Amino acid sequence: MVLGQPHLGTVEVAGVRRKVDMGLLEDNMPVAGDWVLIHVGFAMTKISEEDAAEQMHLLHLLGETEQAVEEVRGYGLEAGNDVTHAQDASIQ
Amino acid sequence: MQYVDEFRDPELIRKASDEIHRLADAGRHYRIMEVCGGHTHAIYRFGLKDLLPENIDLIHGPGCPVCVLPMGRIDDGLAVAKGEGMIFAAFGDMMRVPGTSGSPLEHKAKGTDVRIVYSPADALQLARKNPEKHVMFFAIGFETTAPSTALTLMRAKSEGIGNFSVFCNHVTIVPAIRAILDSPDMRLDGFIGPGHVSTVIGCRPYEWIARNERKPVVTSGFEPLDLLQSIVMLLRQLHAGEARVENQYKRVVAWEGNTAALKVMAQVFQLRPYFEWRGLGFISQSALKIREEFAEWDAEQRFPIPGTRVTDPKAAQCGEVLKGVLKPSQCKLFGKECTPEHPIGALMVSTEGSCAAYYSYEHRKSTAMVASIASVA
Repeated sequence: MVLGQPHLGTVEVAGVRRKVDMGLLEDNMPVAGDWVLIHVGFAMTKISEEDAAEQMHLLHLLGETEQAVEEVRGYGLEAGNDVTHAQDASIQ
Repeated sequence: MQYVDEFRDPELIRKASDEIHRLADAGRHYRIMEVCGGHTHAIYRFGLKDLLPENIDLIHGPGCPVCVLPMGRIDDGLAVAKGEGMIFAAFGDMMRVPGTSGSPLEHKAKGTDVRIVYSPADALQLARKNPEKHVMFFAIGFETTAPSTALTLMRAKSEGIGNFSVFCNHVTIVPAIRAILDSPDMRLDGFIGPGHVSTVIGCRPYEWIARNERKPVVTSGFEPLDLLQSIVMLLRQLHAGEARVENQYKRVVAWEGNTAALKVMAQVFQLRPYFEWRGLGFISQSALKIREEFAEWDAEQRFPIPGTRVTDPKAAQCGEVLKGVLKPSQCKLFGKECTPEHPIGALMVSTEGSCAAYYSYEHRKSTAMVASIASVA
């Protein structure tokens, strides 16, 4: 966790690292190595590594891996050091 | 079954499809609504209809946020954005949505400062970096996105960032389902419940549908197998004459939802008495408004809003399609005047809109088929 900004965590999606806000998981804060579903720059829910692999496969099936990476790349906050793996959900 | 072989486990897909064929009563016609736009997109992408018997119709619901936003709200947002020193920030899928005098992208070409952001947090970051400007985030989305906007507003307030506001168009899914069920021309047998919205609100808010309307609801994931399993679960309930809420997407959705996210939403938002939905009209208590405590960051309280109301183009039958009364291809404009390149109705704009999804997969498929027959002749 970055000191002074305890709500920010760094996620990695297919090799791209960006900061996301983890404030919506305050009841169950992720730690480095956890997998989370991210949506519009916020971690929404923790998921198991196995489920994360399934979600990545789905993105691949949908041909949307590139789109997800582009979204994460687009997040405007800078990358840090603590890595949580991430999945992407579309906007709903 | 054109896509079966690219599924991860074709055998499981075939089994699920066989089970659906076995459970579906041949003498009955099933109408199942998938509420969520992501499901609509996946259903078309994977050609799942080809795996279902002909007497099961999947009706596409109102769960595409871009599609249900009235054109007048876009006009209002863009009118505020024209002001001196304003930056209009919105998600990429808002950019091509037509307002009366053009989309945000077209306004950008005419000189409005329009920026694409991937997150409300990025819009706030824009405000931090441009203290001489005012950044207005044009917020859309259901309960999946609303907590992120709420938390961003809390961050703006706690940091005292005065050059940031939100033009709030967040809507809630349950009143829209209620409006559809109340519609006299609607007959539905059950619901495939939204996946990502349910990560926030959980499954409890759907219980009245089972209890009062006697219709089963199954919250579903987005993989082909998830969707087929959900249909199996719905058919089993219908077969047994039951109506319960079930959670097929347990690996992501907790029954109680995300309590921290719900708390944040409750702190920042309150229900509007009513809100207009494109295609569905005014629905009471169906949208979120920013609370008085955050008035300084509420664009609607901070700036004069024209309050534009726009009637949809008469020929476009978005409302009927949105309610599932018409299939996309039954609309008079579909594939002619209204295409993803030149959308007239909102359902054609977003890839999650049923018309755009139908056009991209079904329509293209049938066009290709016509072409090959022509070449034989």
